Amino acid sequence: MKLSRRHFVVGSSALALTAPATIGRAQSDAIKFVSILDLSGGLDIYGAPMAETTKLAIEDINAAGGLLGREVELTLYDAQSTIQFYTQYATQAAAGDKADTVHAGITSASREAIRPTLARFKTLYFYNVQYEGGVCDYNNFCTGSTPAQTVAKVVPYAMEKWGKKVYIVAADYNYGQITAQWMQRFVAENGGETLDVEFFPLDVTNFGPTINKIQTAKPDFVISALVGGAHVSFYRQYAAAGMMQDIPIASTTFGVGNEQKLISAEEGNGILASYGYFEGIDNPVNKAFLERLEAKLGADRPVMNELAIRSYEGAMLWAEAVKAAGTVDREPVIEALRSGLTYEGPSGAVTIDPHTNHCSMNVYIGDLQDQTWNIVESFADQPPADTALVCDLVANPDQSAFLFENGLEAAGIK
Amino acid sequence: MDLVVAVLFQLVYGIANLALISLGLAIIFGMMRVINLAHGEFLMLGGYTVVVATNAGVNIWVAMLILAPLVVGIIGVIVERLLIRWLYGRMVDTLLATWGLSLLLIGLVTSIFGASTATTISPPLGIIRIGDYSASGYELFLVGVTIALFIAVYATLKLTKLGLVARGTMQNPEMSSALGVSTTRVYMITFGLGAAVTGLAGGLLAPVTGVLPTIGATYIAKAFITVISGGASILAGTASGSVLLGGINGIFSFLTGPTIGEVALLVAAILLLRLMPRGITGRFFRKSL
Repeated sequence: MKLSRRHFVVGSSALALTAPATIGRAQSDAIKFVSILDLSGGLDIYGAPMAETTKLAIEDINAAGGLLGREVELTLYDAQSTIQFYTQYATQAAAGDKADTVHAGITSASREAIRPTLARFKTLYFYNVQYEGGVCDYNNFCTGSTPAQTVAKVVPYAMEKWGKKVYIVAADYNYGQITAQWMQRFVAENGGETLDVEFFPLDVTNFGPTINKIQTAKPDFVISALVGGAHVSFYRQYAAAGMMQDIPIASTTFGVGNEQKLISAEEGNGILASYGYFEGIDNPVNKAFLERLEAKLGADRPVMNELAIRSYEGAMLWAEAVKAAGTVDREPVIEALRSGLTYEGPSGAVTIDPHTNHCSMNVYIGDLQDQTWNIVESFADQPPADTALVCDLVANPDQSAFLFENGLEAAGIK
Repeated sequence: MDLVVAVLFQLVYGIANLALISLGLAIIFGMMRVINLAHGEFLMLGGYTVVVATNAGVNIWVAMLILAPLVVGIIGVIVERLLIRWLYGRMVDTLLATWGLSLLLIGLVTSIFGASTATTISPPLGIIRIGDYSASGYELFLVGVTIALFIAVYATLKLTKLGLVARGTMQNPEMSSALGVSTTRVYMITFGLGAAVTGLAGGLLAPVTGVLPTIGATYIAKAFITVISGGASILAGTASGSVLLGGINGIFSFLTGPTIGEVALLVAAILLLRLMPRGITGRFFRKSL
């Protein structure tokens, strides 16, 4: 064949087109791990660190020889803070990539968008984010903390420290609405009084009128479940009005997006929060983990929070289950997970609770000083008591529901 | 009594805030009939200018009041030369092009500074006490700056030769051109000035709201609604739109909550545009600037 320019172009482009397929075939015996997170858009403050730890987890698994003698291959999709991309990529992961497991979702809205898809395609699904509780799904493991684990701890601690009158500010979607109901419940249970509850759309940046209302109500403290980049301005404006000293703040969300680094030290000092992880946890696994992270990403690595750590631990829990089951098939892996599987991670021991597919975990209360969380109290092995009130997957495994979707009243709790 | 003063102050601040984020857009829209969908990103760039400058040790006042408008103004001129000037009179194309520009700027800033930037600049100035209530002194300063900015734009348009030429070009570009005015140069300067005002606003708001690559999205809708509700006059339109919408938003936010506050703002804008399709200044203050 005479090599003309036209032939060369046609030939080389055909080669370029077939190249990815060849690579795909060469690796087709790799175990497929798909992660869908918001790496751009308003929710990337949460997604970016989660992606880093997910990558680290897969590297660690492969460095230890992979699973069942096979390499684990990570595919990471950026959902761009848009729900539509979640459904698109979840379908792609389950039907196209034939993923062995999908670890995905940040907001509850994104989880609810993909949970039915993954259940339909029988693709094992992990949601590694602290949330409002209530998912009761055989196919879905929720490894993050829920209100009975965190809100139930920080509310009495703050009431003990500051007083009984509470003002609640929360984001206006299911996480904020439902968490605010739990807050009111725990405030009442501890003999306190909720003065007012206010909800904010995610793009509100002017909190002036609310700060006036808080000054009028004169609570002993404010408890916040505000979410996303725009809501960070609440803390700035609150501090700028000189309110931090008069009426302190406890939060169930401040810190999981590393908000403590977005405001200055003086603005944040004294904020209380409760999560399943803070960097200051004193155990050798955590110390080694942070050292490795720093070696990999350098000194300007993201600060680790519950979302990032649980993404790592979620991947590791799955890996442990695959090892125990001796296969990546969904049913045996789920059974292995539900046998009460435990993983010793940076946050301490994380154990799957077979009744809810949630986790028992250590819970910590942190006090923010100079942009660093100091752990002031810790609680070992806390069960997901809220979800356990309404969900029993041992008695009835054939469930795929979000029981708190329409509030606690619908779930018969309030 | 203290409460009334505190609420009134918040109301005035809400209005000033709206006017501040909208003025740059109004200048570009009012003078050139160009709808700049990258307006939110110009605000964001102003914020980043302040963050980068203060991190490099520049005085925060210099960074906010001089560097932010300067940098974003220069960016505006570059954008006008490379992009906007090819599209005058093609409104839909400008919309698409500036929207693309907004996505590009978000992407660029994210890849340079990362998804979230550690903006540890606090609002300077202390706290003002109003009886039992307190407010940020910086918010009072922002109200003052907004008023000063309106006066400055008014003076530029009304009293300087540049303003005269610009107003002439706005009213009748062909005639101005025939009289020897370089309309392309006027457009370039106007776009640059609009961008500079936007950059100033973004820089001033950086300590209050924080800076993220995507922060523009939270401003853009409100700025548009204000400018469209205000109508064609740059200053009177922005001022009347801000007073009406900011006032309604503030009152409803205080009485009910921010959700209803936002809804009330949008309902007011829809009703207004139904009754006055050309905005407030299409009906009232027609001859004003």
